[in-house]
Amino acid sequence: MVYEERNTWVGLIVSAIGMTIYVIVVLQQAGGGPVTEVVWWPIMLWTIGLSIVVSIVASILWGIIAGMRDPDGVGRSDQRDRDIAHMGSRVGQAFLVIAGLGVLVLCAFEADWFWIANTMFFGFALSAFVGGVASVIAYRRGLV
Amino acid sequence: MVKPTKVTNRIRVLRESAGVTQAELAKRIGVTRQTVIAIEQERYSPTLELAFQIARVFDAGLDDVFQYPEGETP
Repeated sequence: MVYEERNTWVGLIVSAIGMTIYVIVVLQQAGGGPVTEVVWWPIMLWTIGLSIVVSIVASILWGIIAGMRDPDGVGRSDQRDRDIAHMGSRVGQAFLVIAGLGVLVLCAFEADWFWIANTMFFGFALSAFVGGVASVIAYRRGLV
Repeated sequence: MVKPTKVTNRIRVLRESAGVTQAELAKRIGVTRQTVIAIEQERYSPTLELAFQIARVFDAGLDDVFQYPEGETP
């Protein structure tokens, strides 16, 4: 597995776990009541911050382990990695657009800030996740 | 299902007859070994620049390394 593919896997796993934990914590804080009452922004910021830190640490640790087996492959990326990354970004962008439109609609109807922020948040997360899935598939099955 | 590329190549044949390993070829053209494997297995179409670099390693023309079916139009 090449350096960039490992990073893609790390991003995928961390974002999936991060989003799951975020949803669980928000629902726990709501305690069966309306989720709009939850003070969501510290939870969201902690989720984003921890996801970034865990991704970096996991990439470094996986890189060290992989480097022991294949020292030449450490930190290397090439044209195929860039092509796959572009394809993954294009696939993920659709979800950002959908989230952006969703935010506009929610603003138009003067929805609670909770829904506006979380629509954008999940748009970013879904964009990264789906783009990551597309990239992993391209690494495994090919990009032509 | 990924649509297979119509571009075929003889990299494996040329590489084996030249006694070049995938790792050596990868190093000479500045890509990872996994990229060489993907190109050989026709799971990745290299850029034109990379295609020229591969051909140059084997001292061959582009047509000797990569083939595209006759009469194919987009």
